[in-house]
Amino acid sequence: MLDLFFQQLINGLSLGALYALIAVGYTVVYGIVQLINFAHGEIFMVGAFGAFATWMLLGQPTDWGVSASLLILLPLMLLGGIVVSVTVALLTERFAYRPLRNAPRLAPLITAIGVSVFLQEFVRLFYGRIPGFPDAKSAIPFPSVAGISGEIVRIGSVTIQMPALFTIVALAISTLFLWFFVNRSKTGRAMVATSQDPDTARLMGINVDKVIVAAFAVGAGLAAIAGVAHGLNYGNIDFRMGFLAGLKAFTAAVLGGIGNINGAVVGGLVLGVVEAMATTFIPGQFGSSAWKDVWAFALLILVLVFRPQGLLGAKVVDRA
Amino acid sequence: MNTRLFKLAGVAVVAASLALTGCGSRTEPAASGSAGGATKVAKIGVIAPLSGDLSALGLGIRNSVDLAIRQANESGAIPGWKLELAAEDDEAKPDTGKNAATKLASDDAVVGVVGTLNSSVAQSVIPVLDSAKIVQVSPANTNPTLTKGADFLTAPKRPNANYFRTCTTDAVQGPFAAQYLLGEGVKKVATIHDKKSYGQGLVSEFSKAFTAGGGTIVAAETINPDDKNFSAVISKVQGGAPEAVYYGGEYPQAGPLSKQMKAAGLKVPVMGGDGIFSGEFIKLGGTDGDLATSVGAPVDTLESAKPFLEGYKAAGFAEGYEAYGAYSYDAANAIINALKVSLKDAADAKSAREATITAMASVSFDGATGKVAFDEFGDSVSRVLTVYAVTNGAWAAKKTGELK
Repeated sequence: MLDLFFQQLINGLSLGALYALIAVGYTVVYGIVQLINFAHGEIFMVGAFGAFATWMLLGQPTDWGVSASLLILLPLMLLGGIVVSVTVALLTERFAYRPLRNAPRLAPLITAIGVSVFLQEFVRLFYGRIPGFPDAKSAIPFPSVAGISGEIVRIGSVTIQMPALFTIVALAISTLFLWFFVNRSKTGRAMVATSQDPDTARLMGINVDKVIVAAFAVGAGLAAIAGVAHGLNYGNIDFRMGFLAGLKAFTAAVLGGIGNINGAVVGGLVLGVVEAMATTFIPGQFGSSAWKDVWAFALLILVLVFRPQGLLGAKVVDRA
Repeated sequence: MNTRLFKLAGVAVVAASLALTGCGSRTEPAASGSAGGATKVAKIGVIAPLSGDLSALGLGIRNSVDLAIRQANESGAIPGWKLELAAEDDEAKPDTGKNAATKLASDDAVVGVVGTLNSSVAQSVIPVLDSAKIVQVSPANTNPTLTKGADFLTAPKRPNANYFRTCTTDAVQGPFAAQYLLGEGVKKVATIHDKKSYGQGLVSEFSKAFTAGGGTIVAAETINPDDKNFSAVISKVQGGAPEAVYYGGEYPQAGPLSKQMKAAGLKVPVMGGDGIFSGEFIKLGGTDGDLATSVGAPVDTLESAKPFLEGYKAAGFAEGYEAYGAYSYDAANAIINALKVSLKDAADAKSAREATITAMASVSFDGATGKVAFDEFGDSVSRVLTVYAVTNGAWAAKKTGELK
């Protein structure tokens, strides 16, 4: 039973790490422009396709050794995914959201849903048109990276799959990077200032446009890493993969306290672990995997009833 | 700022009207074609997923129907009439399927429809076509309730007279899989399904037959069709030490499930119905030893299917015929055979609709998959099934038999 507990904990943490990587994007953008960027799930999807495209451009290598894969292939794929995700995110910010900066809150929200549909359909219809690329109308097998794909680590009777470990490590490194970025860099501190009070921040000489661009870029970068992790974990990617992942990540961001970066990480991990645990440890009829989402959302409702600001949200929610 | 909103609204209205007129003009040439000219036009519709996860199967269905129609036109099967294909995408979604059915029903030239792939989509498509008196023949729906009503075991009652199918049902597939596994000495099985009517039906019929035959179901779990991560379910199932996992659902989930199972150390075969019997299953993670039942005998070994296979190859379709190609071909030919009777003295396509349904009941011919004929419920009289196994990265037939 204890083994099963640790196994499900690992399962939950790796799932949660994926949610958390995406959730950060919702939360940083919300913290600064109060926009729930529903297209963020698609930024995650586009990142995975970007990484896949990088692999295609490298000549579809399948026989690279472990060290070459880990030191060259994987970083290049991550980089490719990040470049694509960030580019797409900045384009949507520039052309879809910036013109609506001062419009009523509902306008950019609906626009975000529109952007989400647009990006899905764009990938579905046009990815296969790139010469030599596979059709994206159904799932595409994601390339395997030697040293990660299919490898497992055993601790006692607990099996940890390398892609799952990769996701957790990627989250840990990203969180550290975020902490330094937010607390130590000039742009990061400008972000905090803008989220606290955009008007005063502007009076202090902060270029708010630049800060918003940075927020979108940071979120998109992490989403791209999540996209690669998704591909490595599940072996294939498709144009609809961003929808449910985005929804769950948004839930995670709200659970942790939207606007709070640490909250997004905690919220993602909690959501993943609850889903995994509910599958196994709730006895009787309501305990099967069919009910895991019910329990996850029941938890969300409970948290919101007693702590409307989320697990780690600020005491006073001023603009939410 | 208000003016900006108005501008945006204006753009949206213009875009929407453009899109609408675009849709309208697509049906235009067909309507004018049927009015003039010596030969009259009748259309056979296809409702299947032409995009999305299941498009491999759906495109196979469309191409096979296309082939049957081309051949009928070449041989002049129905004197004075020209058949045309009207293919609609249902995206494997019930609501999209319903819209597609409504569109076909409003086209007066449509006399029959081949489809759908998914039982869940059929549930919303059949009533629409029934009220328009359009015959529907499915090559792939395996849910028993579609022909025999909710109490299909105890009190079968046919809900819609317009509905027929060329494939066998879950009431046959599940038990056949159970018999096969028991015959192989497998006593402990875990079941997983995707909560869609197809998967649920398969698993419930399988479980009944498997326990009746002396086997044990060690775990009964479900997944969401949109899920990508099955690790929690796998870990739970693993606790019961099953010797096989029976999956009710389709290949977009079954492939990754098989892959994740093996990665997690649960190295037992995944077995499923015809929904996982696709090359895509292997591409997405299905591994050697995984099993699938499919209706009929293996198409490429059947003497009767040779003309179909040659015709399909000669037609040069970009996509393979997949699991349901031969059944779709037979379904289209069943409609064409019924049309031979109903269109003979018909003034226009629409007035022949009801007669086509009546004629369907007495259709009987040798199709690609064997004898094609329907019983009083609209089900295929053939009950032949085959178990396939993934061998060296491709599906290979293992055992063909008839369910007793």
